[in-house]
Amino acid sequence: MTSQEDNFMRKIEADEKIEPKDWMPEAYRKNLIRQMSQHAHSEVIGMQPEGNWITRAPSLRRKVVLLSKVQDEAGHGLYLYSATETLGITRAELIAALQSGEAKYASIFNYPTLTWGDVGAIGWLVDGAAIVNQVSLQRTSYGPYSRGMIRICKEESFHQRQGYEALLALANGSPEQKQMAQDSLNRFYWPALMMFGPHDSESAHSAKSMEWKIKRETNDDLRQKFIDQTVPQIEVLGLEHPDKAIKWNEERGHYDSGEIDWDEFYSVINGNGHCNRQRVEHHIAAHDEGTWVRDAITAYNEKKNAKKAQNVA
Amino acid sequence: MNTEKLELFEVFIRSKRGLDHKHIGSLHAEDHEQALEYARDCYTRRSEGVSIWVVKSNDICSSQEDDAECFYDPSDDKPYRHATYYVLPDPVNNM
Repeated sequence: MTSQEDNFMRKIEADEKIEPKDWMPEAYRKNLIRQMSQHAHSEVIGMQPEGNWITRAPSLRRKVVLLSKVQDEAGHGLYLYSATETLGITRAELIAALQSGEAKYASIFNYPTLTWGDVGAIGWLVDGAAIVNQVSLQRTSYGPYSRGMIRICKEESFHQRQGYEALLALANGSPEQKQMAQDSLNRFYWPALMMFGPHDSESAHSAKSMEWKIKRETNDDLRQKFIDQTVPQIEVLGLEHPDKAIKWNEERGHYDSGEIDWDEFYSVINGNGHCNRQRVEHHIAAHDEGTWVRDAITAYNEKKNAKKAQNVA
Repeated sequence: MNTEKLELFEVFIRSKRGLDHKHIGSLHAEDHEQALEYARDCYTRRSEGVSIWVVKSNDICSSQEDDAECFYDPSDDKPYRHATYYVLPDPVNNM
């Protein structure tokens, strides 16, 4: 090992953070860019399924709450893109990788939001799963990522609560409304479990990420936390648990659960979910439609600078 | 030495890896390099930091006291951006 590598590993082992101007192995940088940009893309693409319901929210209150949540996701995307850029990659490169399909985003957003109940289920389960992951990532070894996670976690606690509250209203409503809540839970529960990624034994990036402390807990450990915390939440809603194999295991101190449909997981990751094409097409269209705004900013700056130059002369 | 010709710099210090740089004070210097050395002598005599940023004060664009209303008032009527706005049953209130 060179002295640079030594120094780097010493910091990692001492739980010190790596900061942007520190020397770091190329593979560490690449691994971080992959994970952080995937995280940023997820925040941004994640606005689509929920945005789908802003104009159709059942009350003005639900509408302002949803608007506010989607606005947060845009902000979180920005924090994460900025943190990723400290690794020496440009925003344009990151966006291009998303649009070409080279970079991934959380597969959960390739599922459609068919009913209002889905908006509640996303806040409760999808944001809930994301929070479990992000709380763990507050301790990640890369300083800017860690600080971004701390800020995001602080802002995000309302996301899960508003989703649960919306679903609780449905679950306590008419039989049709309760059925809507059950249907949303059934459709989003398993994809939410998949958000934690493949089993540790199958995960391509896990071992190195753990060694470098980019990830602090394994996919399976984080998933178990989420499974455990969700059981009482389903009970309070008075809904049926979608996993018929869920059972408390006294010895482990955790719930045992049924197996995830991994064929579905890989099929959606590989582009065959319900909405994969739509999500990326929409992103490209929105980006193209914004070209005139970016052009206008440039034109205005040029005009201002020309005026300044004239005044000086 | 004529300090009027020297520029004002703002100094930011990271006290520990993993923490943000925090504004700690300002100083006069000829250029960035000199500002950095002065900052070290002036603000880190007791190992207060692991990293220093210096920024020309003139390069900082800041909001004005007079703008406070139009900047921040719009947040006042949006309590739903806070977790505490949502009332949940006790057994699940820890989410």
